[in-house]
Amino acid sequence: MTLTMFIQHFFNALTLGSLYALIAIGYTMVYGILRLINFAHGDVFMLGAYFIFYTGTIFHLPWIVGVILAIILTSFCGVIVERAAYRPLRDAPRISALISSIGVSFFIENLAIVVFTGIPKPVVRPDWLVKIIQIRGVRILPLAIAVPIMCFVLVAGLLFIVYKTKPGLAMRAISKDIETTRLMGVSVNKIISLTFGLGSALAAAGGIMWALRYPQIQPLMGLIPGLKAFIAAVLGGIGSIQGAVVGGLLLGFIEIMIVAFFPGLSGYKDAFAFILLIVILLIKPTGLMGEKIEEKV
Amino acid sequence: MMASKLRNQILTLLAIAALGVFLWWANTNLDGYKIQILNLIAINAILAVSLNLIYGFTGMFSLGHAGFMCVGAYVSSLLILPQLQKDAIFILEPMARPIYAAHAPFIVAVLLGGLVASLFGLFIALPVLRLGGDYLGIATLGFGEIIRVFANNLVPITNGALGLKGIPAYANLWWNYGFMVFTFYFIWRIVNSNFGNALKAIRDDEVAARAMGINTYKYRVISFTVGAFFAGIGGALLASLLTTIDPKMFLFVMTFQVLMIVVTGGLGSITGSILGSFIIVALLEWLRFVENPMNILGFEIPGVPGMRMVIFSLSLVLIIIFRREGVMGMREFTWDGLFSRFSKRGEA
Amino acid sequence: MADRRIILKTPGLTMRFGGLTAVDNFDIEVQEDRIVGLIGPNGAGKTTCFNMITGYYNPTEGQIIFYDDDITGIPTHKVCQKGIARTFQNIRLFYNETVLQNVMIGAHLRQKSKWWHAPFHIPSCAREEKEVRDRSMFLLETVGLANLANEQANSLPYGEQRRLEIARALATQPRFLLLDEPAAGMNPQESWELMHFIQKTREDFNLTILLIEHDMKVVMGVCEHIWVLDYGKLIAEGAPEEIQANSKVIEAYLGEEYVQNA
Repeated sequence: MTLTMFIQHFFNALTLGSLYALIAIGYTMVYGILRLINFAHGDVFMLGAYFIFYTGTIFHLPWIVGVILAIILTSFCGVIVERAAYRPLRDAPRISALISSIGVSFFIENLAIVVFTGIPKPVVRPDWLVKIIQIRGVRILPLAIAVPIMCFVLVAGLLFIVYKTKPGLAMRAISKDIETTRLMGVSVNKIISLTFGLGSALAAAGGIMWALRYPQIQPLMGLIPGLKAFIAAVLGGIGSIQGAVVGGLLLGFIEIMIVAFFPGLSGYKDAFAFILLIVILLIKPTGLMGEKIEEKV
Repeated sequence: MMASKLRNQILTLLAIAALGVFLWWANTNLDGYKIQILNLIAINAILAVSLNLIYGFTGMFSLGHAGFMCVGAYVSSLLILPQLQKDAIFILEPMARPIYAAHAPFIVAVLLGGLVASLFGLFIALPVLRLGGDYLGIATLGFGEIIRVFANNLVPITNGALGLKGIPAYANLWWNYGFMVFTFYFIWRIVNSNFGNALKAIRDDEVAARAMGINTYKYRVISFTVGAFFAGIGGALLASLLTTIDPKMFLFVMTFQVLMIVVTGGLGSITGSILGSFIIVALLEWLRFVENPMNILGFEIPGVPGMRMVIFSLSLVLIIIFRREGVMGMREFTWDGLFSRFSKRGEA
Repeated sequence: MADRRIILKTPGLTMRFGGLTAVDNFDIEVQEDRIVGLIGPNGAGKTTCFNMITGYYNPTEGQIIFYDDDITGIPTHKVCQKGIARTFQNIRLFYNETVLQNVMIGAHLRQKSKWWHAPFHIPSCAREEKEVRDRSMFLLETVGLANLANEQANSLPYGEQRRLEIARALATQPRFLLLDEPAAGMNPQESWELMHFIQKTREDFNLTILLIEHDMKVVMGVCEHIWVLDYGKLIAEGAPEEIQANSKVIEAYLGEEYVQNA
């Protein structure tokens, strides 16, 4: 493998990894607060991609307006899902909400098949993002640089919200002890809605960038990236935002590099994530950066 | 006490006989479509009862059922496919010799399918069952996906993405209901023995179960492996019923459907799982009408393809929200329960 | 007194969680057929000692010797098989199961039939299941719960849940029984009955009993020997009268000033 090829693979991996990271954050935030694996998160991500498609092709909005609108709409969907399908089950056994989330996931997918049709749709991409540039013989899409930078900015913004603002403080408090936080006068429902809104907004940003990077969108596109992003969240240690970023990047690099170095294994690409997951869970069940929770006897 | 036991045994035998008469009647009088639905109910009941053993009775949240079905389906199909058919479908790569030569009668093939699936289950259980709760769910889901990815890529054995076609359609009503009764009986006996009580103890409170001297890890492995065995049998029967399989069939959706049957029927209720299988399969078929054009109050509503699954998934979310214990909860249908209900009604 | 057999020794038993030493050099010897007590203020490390003895925690240092067996660090279920049973401070029954099932689960570990015996109708299995059922009913009679055998465990009142937990522990056929605050939440009448119940249980089942208890009436009334734990350290041991008179113990419970003023 030549150095230029390696650099190209590197940027591919960085792009894929940061997209996984963006989706993984949504899983990790919801899990941190509600101890719920939100299976519908991957489908929220898919909605983000469709919204950018429709704002562009049907309503002919300027690209940047479309992006903002798509993010707002998607986070709205995320909040609705929580309201309708998880809030009624907050006091139920945790597994009920989990099953509900699987149901919601299938509902969104099937509704998308009905509304958007199952035929893959091409996404229009702004020229400046896809005109290949050459630096010393290395051919790179500007997108491959823009996506990681964008992700970095978004994660920094999120960390600011979580660690430096009052709602962020409330989120962290809820993740430690939801009942006590409620007694302290925090409006728990609002904070949970905010969490879903933020997580979904990041998923939307991820969906938009995914659609730019892989410009064929279809209703089931959220399934596999969603699962893998969830795995990334578990790898990093679920509940930890930094862990989700590390896990996402790790997974992106492993997937791209194994195929790059061993092209014969490309058929097994979708299995890498799961194998890695099982290995990590067995060595360190709480993930790379997760906290250990002792069971009280 | 003894009299009621004898009465129950007689009633059970009568029920089986009635089932036999019904199947005989169905075989001669119903059309192929309705028979197909009856077959699907039986196979889904097998799958649901086996998942219920793992999840409902032992409390292990497993999402790997489709993987075990996949193993069972491929093993048994490869054993019953005639060599001519194998020649015809393996066009990408030649088939591995020993598998080409292997052949077995249907019942042996199905049982072997279950056995190999349970070996996979054991192999998966040994490392993964050290995990608990959600992590177990994700890890088993992962294994299910890995099995599917391998089915897609081990072309000399599985014929890759093309799948297997022309599998002999041995799985008729008799086989399917026979295996259903066998599965029901076997698992019923397990969960109603004191071993079954120990499994329920693990589900209710693992810490206390260990304090009672129960080797919880070993028991979970056993339960998981037995569950995988019957999932394999279900997969094997399904393959022969549909006569065509490919890796895409065993996506996570498949596990989801079985999970939904278990939840609808009631976690921890075997009779509930059978009832749930009837409800869900019937619901899925009945919902086909929404995809046909309709005329409501003079308005022509065109059929919407895909609407069926929308309503299906929505109704399942509603079940979870409004009746999460399912139809039966943890109760079972029993003869004693039936009689005490009647006698109560008589008193009132 | 000295001629009694020592059934449990814990030389140098120590448990550290990170930097915190929860139990420091817990060193006791329990004699056969005695009822002995472990007392101390909240958070002194009493339950941690139970958890080490029953295998939930692997002690950082020290050993646990049960009869002549070193059982340090063996898994919980094996500890139970050796003959040590316990109850929990916050009752842990199998709440979805009936009262009888709870006791039968306790008896399960002494069963010889394998899991596949029931589905394949091995005759010895049916016989054994019947024995287990009869024995469990007998245990329920002993603790006075036989008439509730088919009730679901979570429908029982608090005091009866405690007794069911003890019956369940007895079903494992222990030689040594650990009771974690058996009188918690009981009124004086109930704890008085409990004292007699504990004594009777010892006689009926030839047990040695170690109990953690805050109710001093129960401890002083039933225990023949007492250890006192404070901040993870043993500060006193002896007969109930000795403990009652021990200034260190009074200090640990009531604070230093109380002792000086007294």
